[in-house]
Amino acid sequence: MNGAKILLECLKKEGVDTIFGYPGGVVLPLFDEIYSEKDIKLVLVRHEQGAAHMADGYSRSTGKTGVCLATSGPGATNLVTGIATAYMDSIPMVALTGQVNTPLIGNDAFQEADMVGITRPIVKHNYLVKDIKDLAQTIKNAFHIASTGRPGPVLVDLPKDVFTSQMEFSKYPDQPLLRGYKPTYEGSKVQIKKAAEMIEKAQRPLLYVGGGVTLSNASEELIKFAEKADIPITTTLMAMDTLPAGHRLGLGMLGMHGTKYANYAVQESDLLIAVGARFDDRVTGKVADFAPHADIIHIDIDPSAISKIIKVDLPIVGSAKNILPELTKEVKKKEHKEWLTQIEQWKKDFPLTYRDSDSEIKPQYVIQKISQMVKDDTIITTEVGQHQMWAAQFYGFRKNRTFLTSGGLGTMGYGFPAAIGAQAGNPGKLVIDIAGDGSIQMNIQELATAVKYKFPVKVVILDNGYLGMVRQWQELFYGKRYSHTIIDHSVDFVKLAEAYGAKGIRIEKKQDVEKALKEAFAYDGPVIMDFITAREENVWPMVPAGAALGKMIEGELA
Amino acid sequence: MTKTKTISVIVENQPGVLARIAGLFSGRAYNIDSLAVGETEDKSTSRMTIMATGDELVLDQIVKQLNKLIDVIKVVDMSQESYVERELALIKVNVAGKDKTELMNVVNVFRARIVDATNETYMIEVTGTDEKITALTDLVKPFGIQEMSRTGAVALTRGKR
Repeated sequence: MNGAKILLECLKKEGVDTIFGYPGGVVLPLFDEIYSEKDIKLVLVRHEQGAAHMADGYSRSTGKTGVCLATSGPGATNLVTGIATAYMDSIPMVALTGQVNTPLIGNDAFQEADMVGITRPIVKHNYLVKDIKDLAQTIKNAFHIASTGRPGPVLVDLPKDVFTSQMEFSKYPDQPLLRGYKPTYEGSKVQIKKAAEMIEKAQRPLLYVGGGVTLSNASEELIKFAEKADIPITTTLMAMDTLPAGHRLGLGMLGMHGTKYANYAVQESDLLIAVGARFDDRVTGKVADFAPHADIIHIDIDPSAISKIIKVDLPIVGSAKNILPELTKEVKKKEHKEWLTQIEQWKKDFPLTYRDSDSEIKPQYVIQKISQMVKDDTIITTEVGQHQMWAAQFYGFRKNRTFLTSGGLGTMGYGFPAAIGAQAGNPGKLVIDIAGDGSIQMNIQELATAVKYKFPVKVVILDNGYLGMVRQWQELFYGKRYSHTIIDHSVDFVKLAEAYGAKGIRIEKKQDVEKALKEAFAYDGPVIMDFITAREENVWPMVPAGAALGKMIEGELA
Repeated sequence: MTKTKTISVIVENQPGVLARIAGLFSGRAYNIDSLAVGETEDKSTSRMTIMATGDELVLDQIVKQLNKLIDVIKVVDMSQESYVERELALIKVNVAGKDKTELMNVVNVFRARIVDATNETYMIEVTGTDEKITALTDLVKPFGIQEMSRTGAVALTRGKR
């Protein structure tokens, strides 16, 4: 059997049903095998960055490891942004890249790039397979590393002669061979007991929940724990979908564009229980003033996340999925009436809101409309910018793994291919990319992919003619000098959609918003909706970079 | 408060491992004072001895980040152990027209050796801790150090008593 065939057999053993990829010179032997492959579907993208984000979106929405494939050199380097995006958000992904023939490696051969070197800082691990004998074991290791512990992308670089050389292949290895890799899943019993004692004593405890809870599918465990111990929950951008919107203990997002009541709760709490979160600067604001009255318990599967930014009083290393139920057993049933009453008061005094308008379409209004109209299992992806923050603030998430957004790296151009990947993994579900008119243009070429494979993703462009988030900072901190953020409706998105064979709708009046959404959701195919929105709407509230969380600024609100 | 820590790291003896470790330090802006690599008793592994400087949080992070690398099998923070640390240095000193007896006295006091001698220069070989080598260099500096090469420290924990 040749290496290309062996690779496909290995992928099938790993349960891979879809690969997002693009052909090229050195991967010809592999594509030749894929030509007659029945069990794995290859989705042909239009740019390799799209393939990486699709594998990522597929993974986030299904929980399975996403797979993307590119040829050597430029094909492989085009994956880099997608790999870095997955790395920052701990998404399990295996990126397969072709490489020049082994004797040519290091010779500056045609389409040669040192992918192992280039991606080293943005992968959980990577491999260059130089011998067909190592191929199967390497694939086993790669999938194991990507999907276990704190997940992340793994790149496997595959020279052309590894695809073409022959070997007897009978059995896919049962076990990874990794003597230096043993993630901890079970939390220390002693630490869990100590945590329960701290929780018992706390008057104003607060759960600060991050993507680790989503990744370990521990939403239910989280809610059970929070309800028993009566502890309010604030979530990071990565965990907006871990708690159903409107839950009595839910405070929404914290941080730079978090709710006032979430940020006040952090600043007033006497015990902060961080679960699967990593104290990102967009969350903490000024670190020295973060949660000044609180002891901190940190539950995380990655020991290096603990005390990285802020010294933690009690670490528990392990999976949230295992630790939360243990902790639920240890804690007593409690009520924090006074604390929750205080929070209710903040919610009343400082609600998350915006000033609606009848003369123009407010972007927040569009998001609220979508939220009201769709089913609970609808998957929302976003690009990066104002629309992303409004989606986090004004869409009511109801189910785990329904919010796919580039939190760590902040990758513009992520949402649309991620939506296609999510649609590939969830054929029956409605998948919507909430986008800005800037971001959508970064991977718009994937519209061809959506049309060709009939992935009926819906793109909602909140079109204000600006690179809105940067413009907002220029307005607030750079004296309204809008340096290169004015993009002025320069693209006719309706015609663009039609050029690709998709449906395009432009919406300019508030009363047409609902009708357009209805029409788009009912349409059996990809749709681009261009909502012409209020131009200089800002995201509020806002903690200016480097300020303490309690120091939020706000424009004029109704 | 910044401190210097000696960390002993057992890694897979594979190409690219050194780049992973070096990349970790440069990518996260950690200060590396010295790094020495060589095979261990088991040919499939190498031992890296790393001396790094930083405050307690940074040094703690270095150990954790090293542990996180897939090719790292074991990390020993030597400051938690009783250990022996040695470094070797070769120092080429100008001797033309100088008092060689005085130089020899210094060499003897430090139990160093002369391993190459010409009319112009002596080469001193010295083994010891970082402090010892630095002390010797300070003393021979007045002669004029032409060139110097230091290996970086290697370390092993002491046997159990």
